[in-house]
Amino acid sequence: MVPVSYYLILSGILFACGVTGFLIKRNIITIFMSIELMLNGVNLSFVAFAAEWKALSGQVFVFFVMVVAAAEAAVGLAIIIAVYRTRETLNVDQVNLLKL
Amino acid sequence: MGGAQYFTGTDYLLSLPIILLTLFALGILLIDLMIPRELKWVNAATAFVGVLFAAGGLVRIQLAQAELMLQGERVEWAFMHSMIMDHFAIYFSYLFLAGAAIAILMSVRYLEIEHEHHGEFYSLILFSVVGMMVMASGFDIVLIFIGLELMAISTYVLVGFLRSDKRSNEAALKYLLLGAFSSGIFAYGLSLFYGLTGSTNLVNIGIGVQRELTARHNHASPILVVALLTTCVGLFFKIAAIPFHQWLPDAYEGAPTSVTGFMSVAVKAAAWAMLLRILIWGLYPMRKVYLPLLIFVSIVTMTGANLAALTQNNLKRLLAYSSIAHVGYMLLGLVAFASVDYPDAAMTDGLKGILLYLLVYTFMNLGAFAVVTSLRQRDVIGDEIDDIAGLFSRAPTEAVLMLIFLLSLAGIPPLAGFYGKYFIFLSLMESGHYVLASLAVLYAVFGLYYYMRIANAMFMREATDKTRLPISVAMKFALGVSAVATVYIGIFPERFIKLVTWSAGL
Amino acid sequence: MPQNYIPIFIFIAVVGILIPITLLAAKLVRPDNPNRAKLSPYECGVDPIGASRGRYTVRYYIVAILFVVFDVETIFLFPWAVKFKALGMFGLIEMLIFLAILVVGYVWVWQKGALDWV
Repeated sequence: MVPVSYYLILSGILFACGVTGFLIKRNIITIFMSIELMLNGVNLSFVAFAAEWKALSGQVFVFFVMVVAAAEAAVGLAIIIAVYRTRETLNVDQVNLLKL
Repeated sequence: MGGAQYFTGTDYLLSLPIILLTLFALGILLIDLMIPRELKWVNAATAFVGVLFAAGGLVRIQLAQAELMLQGERVEWAFMHSMIMDHFAIYFSYLFLAGAAIAILMSVRYLEIEHEHHGEFYSLILFSVVGMMVMASGFDIVLIFIGLELMAISTYVLVGFLRSDKRSNEAALKYLLLGAFSSGIFAYGLSLFYGLTGSTNLVNIGIGVQRELTARHNHASPILVVALLTTCVGLFFKIAAIPFHQWLPDAYEGAPTSVTGFMSVAVKAAAWAMLLRILIWGLYPMRKVYLPLLIFVSIVTMTGANLAALTQNNLKRLLAYSSIAHVGYMLLGLVAFASVDYPDAAMTDGLKGILLYLLVYTFMNLGAFAVVTSLRQRDVIGDEIDDIAGLFSRAPTEAVLMLIFLLSLAGIPPLAGFYGKYFIFLSLMESGHYVLASLAVLYAVFGLYYYMRIANAMFMREATDKTRLPISVAMKFALGVSAVATVYIGIFPERFIKLVTWSAGL
Repeated sequence: MPQNYIPIFIFIAVVGILIPITLLAAKLVRPDNPNRAKLSPYECGVDPIGASRGRYTVRYYIVAILFVVFDVETIFLFPWAVKFKALGMFGLIEMLIFLAILVVGYVWVWQKGALDWV
C-alpha cells in the first residue's frame, strides 16, 4: 500500500510543472497543455483524498474536472484556430494588439 | 422504486429558473437553424422572454417559500444539501437576469453592425446566466465549480464572438488562458480543502476547518494556509483584483461592447457571489487568517487601478480599470466583515455595502457601457475618448445620461453609487479601519478626475463627426431602465437597503 | 516501504541488459542482404506519401474537437451503468434528459455543417 502522501507529492509536482509551463512557455498550444497538466494534478489529488477518506464525492469532482477540461480544450482550440487565421502565428509574444 | 426517493418536488421547484433558462437556451439553438437571416431578432426576443420566464420562476420560488414559511417550514435546501435557494441566491439571480436582459437589448443593433448576428450569442448569454445561478446557489464545491466553468466557457466564446476581428480573438485567447489557469489553481485549493475535511459540502468544510483550527489553538497548519491561498488566488482572479487582474482590461477592450457590459456586471456579480459564499459561508472560521490578505489585496487593487485609469485613452479600457477599482472598494466591505466578531454592526454593514454596491453597479455600469456601445457605427469602432467628444451636440439625451452614470460611478451623493460607497466606508469606520477608510476616500477623489475626463470630452470638446447618433429603440429602453434605476436608488435608497438586508439573511 | 520496489528495480535492470544483448546477438548471427522490396512496409498498410510533419486541413481539428467533446460526455454514463438497477426508472429518465441535451448539441452541429467534408 502506497501512502497517500506520495500521491499528494506527485500531484503537487504535476501542478507545479503545469504552473511553470504556463508561465515560461511561449507557444499557445504548449501553454494549453500546461493547463491540462495542472488539472491532472488536481485530479490526482482529489482521487488520492477520495481513497483516503473512503468518500466518493472526490471522484465525482474528478469526473467534472475532466469534462470541464475537455470543454475548455474544445473552446480553446477553436479560439486558437481563429487567432491563427487572423494573424498566422501561435506565439503569445506576437499576439499583442491589446496592451497598457 | 419511484423517483421520489432521489429527487423531490422541492428540488425541481428550487431549480425552476435554471431549468427554464436551459430550455430556452437549447430552444434558441434549434430556432436559429430554422429562421432566415433577416429574422435574427427573433432569437433576441426569445432570449428576452426566457429571462422573463426565469424571473417568473424566481417569483414562484419566493411565493412557495413564503407560503411554507407560514407553516413554519424553511424550504431552501435542494439536491441533498448541495444547493441552497436562500435570499442571497435569489437576490443574485435577479441581478444576473437584470444584467442579461439589458445586455440582450444592447446587443441587437450592435451585432447587426458587426455582421455577426447569430442565435448562438443569445444562447450563450442564457447558458452563462445558468452558470451564474448555479454559482450563487451552489453549496457544494462540485456544483460551484461546474457553475463557474459553465459561466466562464460561455463567456470565453462571447468575448471572441467577432471571429474576424483581431482584437476580439486576442481578448478571447487571453481571457481563456488566464481563466483556465485560475480555474486550475482554484480547483487545486478546493482539492486541498476536500482532503482536509473529507467533504465537498461547504457546511462540512466549515466544520472541518473549525476542528483543525481548534486542534491547533487557532493556528492554521501550513497545508491549511496553502489551501486558503490557492483558493483565494482563484477567487481573486475571478473578481479581477490586482495583482490578478491582467486579463480584465484586455478582455473588456477586445470583447464586443455589449458583452463587455454584460461581463462587467453579471460575470463580476457571479464571481462575487461565489467569493462571498466560500469566504463567508464556508470558510467563516478562517476569517482572521484571510483578513491580512484581503487588506493587502484591496489596498493594491485601489491604488493600481486608480493610477492606471488616469492615463487611459480608450473608453472601454478606462471603464475596465474603473471596474477593478470598484472591486477594491467592495473588498473593503469584506475587510470590515472579517475583522469583527458576530454580532457587530460593522459585519452587517460591510456585507450590506457589498450587496448594495453590486446592485447599483449593475445599472450604472451597464448604462455607461450602453452609451459606449451606441458609439459603434458602420465605419467607426467608437471606443476611444476622442469618439465620445462632442457627444452633447450629437445626442444630447445620451450625453446627459452618461454624465449621470459617470457621477454615480464616482459616488456623488444624490446618485445610487454613493450609497454603495457610504455603507462600505461606514463599516470600515465601525470596525476601526480609519486609515483604510481615509485611503478609500482619497482614491474616490482620484476616480472623480478620470470620470470627469470623459464628461469634459462630451461637453467641452468639438465633435469630429457632427452627424446625429442613431440610437435603436431597444438601446433607448436599456439606457432608460439603467438611468431610472440609478437615479431612483439614489433618491429613495431605504427600500433597497431593506432589500439587501433581506438578501443577506440578516 | 521502499523494499517493495526491489522486484521492480530488478525487472528494469534485467530489461535494460537483456534487450541490447538479444538485439546484438541477432545482428551478429543473421545474414545481411537488404533490398527494396524487403525494406518496404510489407503488409503494414499503404506506402507513406510525403513527410509526416506536413500540415493537415483544419477540418481534421474541427472533427477532432467535436469527437473529444462528445466522447468525454460518456464518462457520465459509466456510473449510471454501474448502478443501473439501483437507480431504476429515475436514473433512466435523468440520463435520457442528459442525452437529450447532448442531442440538441448534435443536431446543431450537424445542421451547421460541421460534420460535412468539403
